[in-house]
Amino acid sequence: MESVARSQSAADPGASASNEKPLIYRQSRWTRLTHWLWAISLFFMLLSGLQIFNARPQLYIGKESGFGYNNTIFAIGAENTNVGPRGYTEILGHRFDTTGVLGWSGPAGQETSRAFPSWATIPSYYDLGTARVVHFFFAWILTTTLIVWFVASTMNGHLRRDLAPRLDDLKRLPQDIIDHAKLRFHHTREYNTLQKMAYGGVLFVLLPLMIITGLAMSPSMDSVLPFLNDLLGGRQTARTIHFTVMVLLVAFFIVHILMILAAGPINELRSIITGWYRTDPPAQDDKTTERSA
Amino acid sequence: MAKFEISRRKFLTGASLGASGIMLSGCDAFDSQLSVGSGLRSFLENANDLTYRAQRLLAGRDALAPEFTEADIRQPQRPNGVTAPDDDVYKGLLANNFADWRLEVTGLVEKPLSLSREQLMNMPSRTQITRHDCVEGWSCIAKWTGTPLSLVLDQAVVKPQARYAMFHCLDTIDRSLSGDIKYYGSIDLIDARHPQTILAYGVNGKPLPVENGAPLRVRVERQLGYKMPKYLYKIELVDGFATIGGGRGGYWEDNGYDWYGGI
Repeated sequence: MESVARSQSAADPGASASNEKPLIYRQSRWTRLTHWLWAISLFFMLLSGLQIFNARPQLYIGKESGFGYNNTIFAIGAENTNVGPRGYTEILGHRFDTTGVLGWSGPAGQETSRAFPSWATIPSYYDLGTARVVHFFFAWILTTTLIVWFVASTMNGHLRRDLAPRLDDLKRLPQDIIDHAKLRFHHTREYNTLQKMAYGGVLFVLLPLMIITGLAMSPSMDSVLPFLNDLLGGRQTARTIHFTVMVLLVAFFIVHILMILAAGPINELRSIITGWYRTDPPAQDDKTTERSA
Repeated sequence: MAKFEISRRKFLTGASLGASGIMLSGCDAFDSQLSVGSGLRSFLENANDLTYRAQRLLAGRDALAPEFTEADIRQPQRPNGVTAPDDDVYKGLLANNFADWRLEVTGLVEKPLSLSREQLMNMPSRTQITRHDCVEGWSCIAKWTGTPLSLVLDQAVVKPQARYAMFHCLDTIDRSLSGDIKYYGSIDLIDARHPQTILAYGVNGKPLPVENGAPLRVRVERQLGYKMPKYLYKIELVDGFATIGGGRGGYWEDNGYDWYGGI
């Protein structure tokens, strides 16, 4: 109700100073609410997840972890060298020195052997049990939010109107890539093709994959859905996918924040908090205005 | 105007980087609220209860954990936790190859039992190739042989008010001011009576070695490793565990792990 009231004065051309740039109601309350619930859940899940990873900072391919043989594809660790302890990260057999961040980190003189550094984990000290409590609490929030979002977005038309890919999106894609590369943004009601791909990819691929690989790691869920691990290539492969999707989600987050900063953070933030978004002035000389940014 | 845009952008970039910095280094701000017993922690722990109920609803009583083939056994069972108990009682039993060891079944039962290893091995056995999932994140596949716990419970005749099987072990896992803490842990009677829940005395076709919990360990295949105590000597049927140890149902639970380890 509050946002509706505010909108009327803001949308009123006479009351607004920014004459030619109309304010439109772009994000429904469901979109905004679920967006922030995801933001909070993903923050806590990431930091507790890194703590959980620290308990076994290796990733394997297959049904089990190789101890008598090697199926490790990723490892973070520490080793003693003649210049003192060093942290390393090993990806597919290639070893990188990551001292100070991965493997060996901490305040000067008090460094310890830990995969992800203290500032990136919840709790900051080593505590697997607590990290699991936090992780699974927010796993319920995240999953419930995804279901609520899906139902609400189906009913209010958000999915069909804003996210469903159209033939047009494919045609727009090359120009979209050029525009993004030039940081030339168009502010319209619709999402552009790259936005649709990014949001759709997160909501329909990455988050469901995160939930599925999470469930596949649960020994009890394996008795309910025994095909899950067969499908994913075994529990340890599921764990590796879970970690990889985390990296992709972090990459999405970084690009997401950069795009917001580049496209005008106040306008973007307002639309995801209040729902109201200032669009480009109606096209006269700019033919691309129809297209979204 | 353009100039203002840039400086505003720079300001916001700086501000958001600063804010995320505060957020990140503020992670230790959560530390104090996450210790066992604190209000926030207790609230978050409700999720474990929800998981427990949801998984019991979905899996029911008898859904089986996946079983594997001989070809999947590619390495010895990885030992973890205590692998060589330093307890005099245990070492004495081991010296005599556990001839004097007994499994006590006590608590809320009609007929308390005291079973020798031979008596257990003479009961019907179950062999299963299953995947051991450690809470730390690793997995290891092995072949386990043992007596179904349900057969032992039937023999002892569990009283109707019993709700949990509490396992008492011979190994000292920790030391406290009030003395040595021996490993202990509990499961509900649904898991205790699950067809794959066995009291294992053999692994990969050989007698259970010391590092894996000789003479007897529990296998609870739908839960994580910390729910499967080793060096077992007593099963106590209880209607609650508030008075045992720290009151959270097991050694690791008292140290912050969730009681339900099915996830």
